[in-house]
Amino acid sequence: MLNPKRLILQIFNYGLFMGLVWYFSFAPPYIRLNPDESMITLALSHSGERMEECRQLSPEEMAKLPPNMRISTDCPRERSPVTIDVQLDGNSVFKTMAEPPGLYKDQGVDIYHSIKVPAGTHKMVVEMNDNANKQGPTHTHKQDVTLDPAQLLVIQFKTSTGQFVVK
Amino acid sequence: MKINPIKRGYLYLEAWFNYSFGPEWNPLYHLGTLTFFFFWVVLVSGIYLFIFFDTSLNGAYASVEYLTHEQWYLGGVMRSLHRYASDAAIVTILLHMFREFALDRYRGFRWFSWVTGVPTLWFVITLGITGYWLVWDELGLYVAVLSSQLMDALPIVSGSMASNFLEGQLTDRFFTLMGFLHLLGQPVLLIFVLWIHVKRMSHVEISAPRGLAIGSFLALLALSLASPAVSHAPADLNKVPAILNLDWFYLNIYPLLDTVTAGQTWVITIGITMVLMLMPWIPPKKTGPAAVVHLDECNGCGQCAVDCPFDAITVQARTDEARWEYEVVVEDNLCASCGICVGSCHSSNPFRSREKRLETGIDMPQFPIDDVRRQTREALSRLEGDTRILIFGCNHALDASELKSPGVAVLNLICTGMMPPTLVEYALKQGADGVFVTGCRNGDCFYRYGNIWMDKRFEGVRKPILRDRADRSRIMVQRAAETDRKKLQAALAEFQLQIAADKTDSARNLDHA
Repeated sequence: MLNPKRLILQIFNYGLFMGLVWYFSFAPPYIRLNPDESMITLALSHSGERMEECRQLSPEEMAKLPPNMRISTDCPRERSPVTIDVQLDGNSVFKTMAEPPGLYKDQGVDIYHSIKVPAGTHKMVVEMNDNANKQGPTHTHKQDVTLDPAQLLVIQFKTSTGQFVVK
Repeated sequence: MKINPIKRGYLYLEAWFNYSFGPEWNPLYHLGTLTFFFFWVVLVSGIYLFIFFDTSLNGAYASVEYLTHEQWYLGGVMRSLHRYASDAAIVTILLHMFREFALDRYRGFRWFSWVTGVPTLWFVITLGITGYWLVWDELGLYVAVLSSQLMDALPIVSGSMASNFLEGQLTDRFFTLMGFLHLLGQPVLLIFVLWIHVKRMSHVEISAPRGLAIGSFLALLALSLASPAVSHAPADLNKVPAILNLDWFYLNIYPLLDTVTAGQTWVITIGITMVLMLMPWIPPKKTGPAAVVHLDECNGCGQCAVDCPFDAITVQARTDEARWEYEVVVEDNLCASCGICVGSCHSSNPFRSREKRLETGIDMPQFPIDDVRRQTREALSRLEGDTRILIFGCNHALDASELKSPGVAVLNLICTGMMPPTLVEYALKQGADGVFVTGCRNGDCFYRYGNIWMDKRFEGVRKPILRDRADRSRIMVQRAAETDRKKLQAALAEFQLQIAADKTDSARNLDHA
């Protein structure tokens, strides 16, 4: 038979345990963005230009290759790193250079990065260089953006059109 | 003796729960089984929720909302039970780890359980994380995007998983995959990991005591009714959830991602995991020598194999010419050197081989049964006074040597489970007026089952039994941890008075006769 004193103590202990479970199951709240902030996410999947241009093989060079591997062009696999710079109102808010992955550095670059920015209207400039043999940006996008609080603005790059897409 | 403050704090907490629940229901003695109990609650409630869950992009949130609000009386309660039991499981797992650490039960022969326990915690956490994805509210989206960023940081993942959560990329197949992971893949994996975790133990208990299970369930139910689990606003891929009511038991890692990179988060997480996993060797703890079988004295009854708490003893066909069918074998690397097998062996009877060395079927090299018998005799020979008490203590509880006096001798054993019941009779026959046994607290034992087997032997329900002829009035069992000195002193004083009174009565009866 459970004695009443023990029963009360047990209820107290269960209450304490459940209080702990309850509180940390949702509190304290995590404030990810302040009320006057919004977010820009740069989501880019792009292959840089080849580091070296493809060249035609001479008949002598082709003759040296096994018959089943004879192709007319030699394309070195290495791709250029991709440099990207996001500027708001003339200030760079995110800048990075991504090396192409892969043993031969021949894979596409994936960049996914979120930046907290003040809500409101901004002059946004996105510059990208995907060719290490060229100085300065190879692709540029300029746009005036108006961000509501907690809005997510996504910047992507469409390789097929060679243009940035902002939505 | 100085006690480490962490251990002291833990022992006081344990004493509080012993006071509130009694040793049988003390939750700190059943943290593993309680975790299993919460897991069953999660499983049953999860199966119910899955019946109504819509594994589609547009239907997931709506189906959870239906359960929460329209069907609050059952679906809502089930959802809350699912959530709170999962959280409670994290608390019991963390307490379980803390307990083993505080009591120094994670090093030496226990390294395997500790090392396999650390990834178990991570498996439970990832199971909870995928559960939060499925709700597909703002929190689910937040967890999904940040988890994907974590995955993207791994060199084994090509492409960007996080990009899947941009407008227009996500499909229903994602929920099918997550449903499979959360409902089948991860739980099966978790059960497999748990099986490995308890692999080096015998007599594994996975059922919490009924009273404790009922109490815990009622508490969960009360919490579920008082504060039902609810969702955030539905996931909106164009918005950033600004304020999140995180479940800190499972999602504590995510805020870190707003401060450091995903790669750094991995380094921190893997670093903490490695430190935890290496703890058994910082510093290492030496386990005593393994038990040794003496085939000449072993009849292969297998009681030691049954009693071994760490599955270190097996029974096999006889390899010598003896007339017995079986013999036992000790697997040295599994042996905890507890000596419980010595207490199990019928050959450990100290009344045997009185004139020569006492050999038993299975013995501890560091403290053979012959030494135990000799030291018992020597301790008794030094006793003075009218009430001569011999205390059998254990090396892992309160050091009974502190209770020594001219009338009180102490013999500390590796574990009180190594004491054959006949040793008590032997001590009484050799001149002790009373035998006082102490050791780890009731419900707890450094070697898991030492004091439990000893109690059962004394009660006559487990072999080898304490024979009826042993005068129970001259035997007292009072267990005590390092913080229970006063309690033990009081019990000993009471026992001494009782023995003295009994002796006086006996003398008076003799006079009358």
